[in-house]
Amino acid sequence: MNKTMDRWLTLRLPLAVMLIFTMFPFYWTINTAFKMDGDIVKRPVEYIPTAPTIDNFVIAWSNVGFATYFKNSLIVGVSTVALVLVLSILSGYALSRYKFKGKRAFMVMLLCTQFIPRAMLIIPLFIIFKNLGLISSPLSLIITYAAVEIPFTTVLMSGFISNVPKELEEAAMIDGCNRLQSLRHVVFPLLVPGIVATGVFTLIYTWNEFLLALMLTNQQSKFTLPVGLSYMMGEFNVNYGALAAGSVIALVPAVLLFVYAQKHLVSGLGGAVKG
Amino acid sequence: MSAPSNVNTARRAHPFEVHEKKRKKINWVPYLMIAPSVFIVVAFLFYPIGTVFYYSLFNYDLSAPYYNGFIGLENFKEIFTADKTFLPSLLITLKWVVSQVGLQLVFGMAVALLLNQTFKFRGVFRAAAFIPWAISGVLASVMWSLMYNEHMGVLNDLFMRIGIISESKAWLSDVSTAFGSIVVAELWRGIPFFAITLLAALQSIPNEMYEAAKVDGAGRRKTFFFITLPQLKNTIILTVLLRTIWEFNNVDLIFNLTGGGPAESTTTLTMYIASQAVHGSNFGYGSALTVVSFAILLIFAVVFLKVTKYEKEEAER
Repeated sequence: MNKTMDRWLTLRLPLAVMLIFTMFPFYWTINTAFKMDGDIVKRPVEYIPTAPTIDNFVIAWSNVGFATYFKNSLIVGVSTVALVLVLSILSGYALSRYKFKGKRAFMVMLLCTQFIPRAMLIIPLFIIFKNLGLISSPLSLIITYAAVEIPFTTVLMSGFISNVPKELEEAAMIDGCNRLQSLRHVVFPLLVPGIVATGVFTLIYTWNEFLLALMLTNQQSKFTLPVGLSYMMGEFNVNYGALAAGSVIALVPAVLLFVYAQKHLVSGLGGAVKG
Repeated sequence: MSAPSNVNTARRAHPFEVHEKKRKKINWVPYLMIAPSVFIVVAFLFYPIGTVFYYSLFNYDLSAPYYNGFIGLENFKEIFTADKTFLPSLLITLKWVVSQVGLQLVFGMAVALLLNQTFKFRGVFRAAAFIPWAISGVLASVMWSLMYNEHMGVLNDLFMRIGIISESKAWLSDVSTAFGSIVVAELWRGIPFFAITLLAALQSIPNEMYEAAKVDGAGRRKTFFFITLPQLKNTIILTVLLRTIWEFNNVDLIFNLTGGGPAESTTTLTMYIASQAVHGSNFGYGSALTVVSFAILLIFAVVFLKVTKYEKEEAER
């Protein structure tokens, strides 16, 4: 009896509280997204929509511009991931497989970037991209996001590469592969899980980043999802139903990616924090 | 990299030790491999940071370019003597960072300990608990604003049913509740980060230590304070430091939920800089504010690591 009591107090009750706190905002956003305009402000509150509708999604997608925002986020996200993966595989490989002068300096440089306040970058990057004529171009965001992410993904990637036994590569080279071939046929297939994890984390970052995107974009047709959502929130007459529907649209890919990559997260982040 | 002369017999025998053996000949391959990363990081992280210091000594106003030019330390003088937002914003920043990091640590630890127990569907619960980590600040702002809203928000309805309040409140535009409201919303998003890192660290504590403690007759509380906590010390210190810097700079929620208001009661220093950068146009002054905030963070980080006696060797493992 005492044992069951204990189990309730230390496990089930706290789990329930945690779950309600975590899940309630999702529930309420989805609930609002499926309600008609009049039902959203109706009192008493409808905890389950009596007349569910998908009108809000249609309005958000085609009238408000979420189709455009979604496309922009996708372009920026996918390009950044591609750039980050190529560069961090290269530099991660150099870090884990070669000894060279300046390696330590390179590592220290990567570490230093983690302490650069992101907010410090908004003014100078705006000036730089203004001079380059790249304000409102997806290129400015792709480059900036890559610069922000590369230090972390390089360290992550060098860890993954170190886990691939050197001997496998040496064996391939003795069998006549050159380094590039052994990289492609031996190392790369074993790296796929690591590459996927790195890509997912980069994609989630680009999908969510707000302040830099806000600063470096000044045309509505180039807004990414966070900037679009923020713009919509700031409007004088907020259409709450469409806003909620837009959030759900932005939410779904992030949540799916997260659930997919979640297993790598605990080990990956734990390793990164420990150094 | 693909030059055939590179692939000689000596190299095949020991492909990774070319540099070791022929000390005089420099192997350029690793340098070529890191070059693109170095370039992008230097050009778009370090160089911009450098220019902030440079611009902080200038009047650099896009809307009034005739007055642009070198003005020495004038910007800094104005910040510390004439600026009516700066000093209050420091206090609000302190409140923001301490409440966020403190509460995230406590609740994150609770969640980590909770999810480290064995029970059915643990994987599902873990995924559910961590999901807010993947939600952007803007999305979290929208979700919470839909709940806080005076007219359509659900919190007013819930609280009135329970009897906590008697009439609808405008949580985000009332000076007495605005700050607390954004703190709760940010906690929702921040607790998972601590929970994830602490859970990872918890899993690395060898089970034998707990078994030994059990044999010695230590209870739950003693086990926590004498085994778990000391084992987590370095993770906690580093996470707290990183999180402090992160929350100091984090404005997504403040920007979208309150915009720094009402009556600047939620204007942290970074929020002030962000609104200067986005709405104002004097980049010189904004840069000077940025330099000040950077100095504050730097001093904090150095003092923090000194005071907590963070063990470097172990961190570099």
